[in-house]
Amino acid sequence: MRLRTFLAAGLGGLALALLVDPALAQTAATAAAPPASVPNKGDTAWMLVATCLVLMMSIPGLALFYGGLVRTKNMLSLLTQVFAIVCLVCLIWVFYGYSLSFTNGQGLNDFVGGFSKAFLRGVTPDTTSPTFSNGVVIPEYVYMCFQMTFAMITPALIVGAFAERMKFSALVLFMALWVTFIYFPIAHMVWYWAGPDAIGDAAKALAGAADATAKSAAEAKLAAVKADAGLINQWGGLDFAGGTVVHINAGIAGLVGCLIMGKRIGYGRDLLAPHSLTMTMIGGALLWVGWFGFNAGSNLEANGTTALAMVNTFVATAAAALSWLFVEWGAKGKPSLLGMVSGAVAGLVAVTPASGFAGPMGSIVLGLVAGAVCFVFCSTVKNALGYDDSLDVFGIHCVGGILGALATGILVNPWLGGAGIPDYEAKPGELAFATYAFGPAVINQIKAVLMTLCWSGIGSAILYKVVDVVIGLRVTQEEEREGLDLADHGERAYNY
Amino acid sequence: MKIVMAIIKPFKLEEVRDALTGLGVHGLTVTEVKGYGRQKGHTEIYRGAEYAVSFLPKLKIEVAVASDLVSRVIEAITAAARTGQIGDGKIFVMPLERAVRIRTGETDADAL
Repeated sequence: MRLRTFLAAGLGGLALALLVDPALAQTAATAAAPPASVPNKGDTAWMLVATCLVLMMSIPGLALFYGGLVRTKNMLSLLTQVFAIVCLVCLIWVFYGYSLSFTNGQGLNDFVGGFSKAFLRGVTPDTTSPTFSNGVVIPEYVYMCFQMTFAMITPALIVGAFAERMKFSALVLFMALWVTFIYFPIAHMVWYWAGPDAIGDAAKALAGAADATAKSAAEAKLAAVKADAGLINQWGGLDFAGGTVVHINAGIAGLVGCLIMGKRIGYGRDLLAPHSLTMTMIGGALLWVGWFGFNAGSNLEANGTTALAMVNTFVATAAAALSWLFVEWGAKGKPSLLGMVSGAVAGLVAVTPASGFAGPMGSIVLGLVAGAVCFVFCSTVKNALGYDDSLDVFGIHCVGGILGALATGILVNPWLGGAGIPDYEAKPGELAFATYAFGPAVINQIKAVLMTLCWSGIGSAILYKVVDVVIGLRVTQEEEREGLDLADHGERAYNY
Repeated sequence: MKIVMAIIKPFKLEEVRDALTGLGVHGLTVTEVKGYGRQKGHTEIYRGAEYAVSFLPKLKIEVAVASDLVSRVIEAITAAARTGQIGDGKIFVMPLERAVRIRTGETDADAL
């Protein structure tokens, strides 16, 4: 009896010790080493929410936006394609996508990361990722998930370009290849970097170097830290939330896809009208709400710049929606709902790279221009060139993305109300802003745009051809006439 | 017995129904149809892609009546469905050989 009590007490004490011990250890560690940054609960909470908002952009937002624009017989194919891409990329991302995007790729580091974090190796609840402020970090799991939602939506954007004619099996294989060879490298090139603390520490070491030897060593160290970044990031290309990585990337891949696959049967002859602009409006509005997670979340913390990105995401979108509406009203005689919603998406796309860099008034100008330019592109240029980009992925995402990327180089200028280009070396340990120079800023943006267009344009063309040989990209004429819902999925959207 | 088939503007259905009920006609069949006559269609524009829609939505009503009622039925439909605008529709009359009420087996005039 006594023995049993003794054992129970001992086990209880051990369990208590196990429970308490990590906490004790942590307190001790914090007390001993001050600099190790601890994630702020507010930042973490905001990023968890932002991540969910970006998921909502894909499903149901984008799925409904696209689904409403196709004919009744293809509604489910769009919903299925977007949902399947989201799930597929989710798994690929944790298997190797995060690693290829956000680790050092050694010899290939300019272009792509490595496999050091494949299957999330080494990522734990305790590991952290840098933000854009010195000494501010967020849990790596949150950063990983947030970036995952971007990798999910980008391939889903492409499907609009060849909607109503691509075979589902071919689409699944293509998207798995596309994120691997196109998305992960471009995300790495634009967004992979060492972070503000690494640069700040190296710059501090350089400033504090006592003699020539120490100085040259510190210089080499700083250069190495700055080289631990993707190519476009090293060039100084600015992309706050994915103008190049997401929109130009998806837009050009869509254009190449619809050129390779050819026009839909009946294009230019039959009525290929949207089957439910109601759904399109719901989807478009969900995209806008979700886009606050996308743009404001891209600041990775909850502060004034996050709020700036939110304001810009409001005003640029409203300006672009009205811009398209009024230009269409003047040109075609009637203000259309589809026009206004398309304008809103064009504005969201254009402000994406600029959202944390431009000022609100600059964003309004950007929105006004984006709405008008994308309208002209979708209504005139596309018809003149005669390609069948079913849902205007190129005309809105690529054209709007290029416009936004170039405008970011201009609107970042503090003289135009912009936030300025961050400089983490000028005052090591705190955020300073570089003197704005028009030429280099715009040239950096042009280089980033061209790099993305070439990588994604050429790379996607190769992948389409590979999938065409292996599976065949397009459904048969008979299946296309019947509709992909029945042909590919064996169900129909509406059973009245 | 005759079948009177009329193509009318959709919003005129209630007025036509009331007019026919006034004549003692109980029962008619309505079908949503599309077609064109002298009325021109309209243009729909989706992001600049213009489609000429030449088939307009109409309602087709079919009513089986005794032969002596046909003229009054035609007058009633004409009066109720007319707006004076192009596109008011047309009325066709066809002979009807037999009629059977399924529930009771009554035939012809009794079945109407």
